[in-house]
Amino acid sequence: MRAVGWSARRQGEVRGWIAAGWGALGVLAVLVLWELYKFIGPAEGVVVFAVQGQAGSGVMILPRTHDRAMPHVWDMVARLFAPTSGGDTPPLWVSVAGAALVTLGIAAIGWLIGVMVGAALGLVMQRWQLLEWGLLPWIVVSQIVPLIAFAPVVNAIGNQIDRGGGTWPQWLSVAVIASYLAFFPVAIGMLRGLASPDRIHLDLMRSYAAGYWPTLLRLRLPAAVPHLLPALRLAAANAVLGAVVAEVSIGMRGGIGRMLIQLAGQASSDPAAPWGPTFGSIALGLIAAGSVALIGLGLANYRRGEAA
Amino acid sequence: MTQDRSLSERGTSPAKRAAATPSALAVRAAGVSKVFATKTGDVPALSEVDLEVAAGEFVALIGPSGCGKSTLLRLIADLDQATTGTLEIFGKPAKRARADQDYGIAFQQAGLLPWRTVGANMSLPLELHGTGKAERVARVAELAELVGLTDFIDRYPDQLSGGMQQRVAIARALAARPKLLLMDEPFGALDEMTRERLQTELTRIAAETAAAVVFVTHSIPEAVFLSDRVVVMSPRPGRITDVIDIGLGEHRDEALRESPEFFDRVTAVREALHGSPVTRAGES
Amino acid sequence: MTDAATAALPGPSPTIVRGSGSAPGQRRLPGWLRWVAPLVVGALIVLAWWFWVDVLGTAPRMLPSPFAILEEFVRRWPIIAQDMAITATNALIGLVIGSLLAMLFAGLAAAARPLDGMLAPLVSALAVIPIVAITPILNTMFGASSQFGRQAVATIAAFIPVFVNVLRGLRQTRPVHRDVLRASAASGWQTFRMLTLPTALPYLMTGLRIASSLAVIAALVAEYFGGPADGIGTAIATYAKSGRATLAWAYVLGGILIGLVFYLVTSLLERLATRRSPV
Repeated sequence: MRAVGWSARRQGEVRGWIAAGWGALGVLAVLVLWELYKFIGPAEGVVVFAVQGQAGSGVMILPRTHDRAMPHVWDMVARLFAPTSGGDTPPLWVSVAGAALVTLGIAAIGWLIGVMVGAALGLVMQRWQLLEWGLLPWIVVSQIVPLIAFAPVVNAIGNQIDRGGGTWPQWLSVAVIASYLAFFPVAIGMLRGLASPDRIHLDLMRSYAAGYWPTLLRLRLPAAVPHLLPALRLAAANAVLGAVVAEVSIGMRGGIGRMLIQLAGQASSDPAAPWGPTFGSIALGLIAAGSVALIGLGLANYRRGEAA
Repeated sequence: MTQDRSLSERGTSPAKRAAATPSALAVRAAGVSKVFATKTGDVPALSEVDLEVAAGEFVALIGPSGCGKSTLLRLIADLDQATTGTLEIFGKPAKRARADQDYGIAFQQAGLLPWRTVGANMSLPLELHGTGKAERVARVAELAELVGLTDFIDRYPDQLSGGMQQRVAIARALAARPKLLLMDEPFGALDEMTRERLQTELTRIAAETAAAVVFVTHSIPEAVFLSDRVVVMSPRPGRITDVIDIGLGEHRDEALRESPEFFDRVTAVREALHGSPVTRAGES
Repeated sequence: MTDAATAALPGPSPTIVRGSGSAPGQRRLPGWLRWVAPLVVGALIVLAWWFWVDVLGTAPRMLPSPFAILEEFVRRWPIIAQDMAITATNALIGLVIGSLLAMLFAGLAAAARPLDGMLAPLVSALAVIPIVAITPILNTMFGASSQFGRQAVATIAAFIPVFVNVLRGLRQTRPVHRDVLRASAASGWQTFRMLTLPTALPYLMTGLRIASSLAVIAALVAEYFGGPADGIGTAIATYAKSGRATLAWAYVLGGILIGLVFYLVTSLLERLATRRSPV
């Protein structure tokens, strides 16, 4: 199918719509699979390696299909418009949206902190190789440490500061934990990006007697853009994840993490309800990553020569 | 100095010309054209090309960028298909010739698979066609000796220099004992000294194996040194503008590079490329 | 196209190629510093930590001294090991199944455009959403006494990087190699076996390395969102809540060890596989 005469821009747009179409088809396929399995699957799920007479033995590899365990897709949607906890409370989607916004805000702050710390680390590691050798392994290891561990500690430190005269609201602890997950991709991306220019470009700058700072501003930073943009996107997704998990471990009210746990606890009586905050979390991740992707639009010129 | 500018001259030596029955022709191209369809329109890469290469003949294709010489080579190798015209390799269509492994090909990049040893790279075509292990090992030993790399059979490509990698590529091209060798600027990425050394080796190998060779290059001395005939091409659209008989004999050695006959032929090719006579230094 | 974010990120092992990066004229550091520097930094961290807790005494109660943690870890090893086994098993199952599924789907996506079109946005979306958020739902679907929810989350966490990397690897064959095989009249299957697979192998190993830590973290964090009362994560949460800080941190150490083992093993595999990569 040769688009003779179409401008490259128009073709790019068309390709974008086609990709979105395929994506929508994919989502639809998932929904259809869900309902199909509900229709044909056994009510108690598929269990393998079960031992006769021993209740609860074996491994369930396909879930139970009755409505309490797997609500219908339309039930999930309908539940979104029903009141949150009965009576006069606002519809579920309103509560979810509110909680999601709270979490989004905290995640955004966590992202900002993480980006600043990560960028600073990347700059410093590129400048002095000794620091790269000394710090980089620990930065990598830091992501293996379950951040769950730090949540109570950060919270406790925060309380200490709060009581000692400063202000440290609880959400700030969540933001700090979110930043812990967000700084890593930015640090690595910045380091890689700053180290990416060709030998000949570096020689050129040296021939102009350009010192560290002019080289940084005019060569290394622009060269780092294609590495930083995906890193910032990943950092945004990580910040959301960190915020949600931190909310749960600190027990912060108002965020979507706590709502997830709360409604999950009531799942036996209200099976479709936990899907509300679940969809909310999914939307949250997509919005966070999408907003950061917008940053990339303005930097299009720096991305010329980027491999597909 | 004999310059043959007539396009109707086929064959080289009378003996070869006499033996040039259609099926003994290594390559026969008639009216071959190739048009590439791109996003911005059609690009005619080759237009109405007629070429005959006799068995055992060494033919160089030379011309500026965009003249279609590499495209023509790829058509012969059935790596691309011609838009119009007929192309026969040893009397068969290009596709069947490829399936029958009637030719070996070497590219400008050596294209060795980095995870295989030199020996395994040389035997790749044999492996693909089910040759037994013992036979492969024997053939690899032969090939390595032919290109002078016997001590390197168990090394890996990253342990070899560019020139050595290219020799492995040539050995690989010869693995199945083809009667036609296709070469697309194989020495283009090498330094001049290595280039000259490999050129001498290539003429020796071509003579020993009695294979026909179609050699793409944009170096005039290289074309003259190696070949029986030089086919001059020009771009926009790609076509053959001249065929020049070299006639420097079967045996080519280093001394040839300094001989007056060599320089004459180089001038002839250069004039054909420029399309007009060239003034030599010292002449008025 | 599939989002390269997860793959662009911890791409090959974080040994940044310095060749063009160091300022011309910067003197080369001795090689042994490469090992000594991180050890020194580690020692400094531990020292500062201990100083803050034991000498200054101003650290919060939730942060015990590093030596106290080590002591507790050794003392409680039997129970910690039990929970470590649970979490490690969940992570391993997730890693293995996630990788196998990823290889399968990447192979399908590389072969069929429509499938790639559908999978690419789905995988991109999966890469940015907090997967652990679906753990409560999974626990409802599979029952609260099943480890399946955690294993499923670990599977998804492992699937994404392996899928992205394998798909990229399957598309990385160089044109000259493809020409060589076509000129040798190799069949489609032969080309796949002799060129596409070896080319994709290093990418698979990179994907596994990234997936290993993600699977461990996912298995651990998923424990926070419900399910059976075993595993490192629930232990950390329980002991942290009841104020037994040293024991909670001893469990954290257990979690770190699992993650480190997974990471080191897959890193080693990756290094072995990329020795002769085509790039």
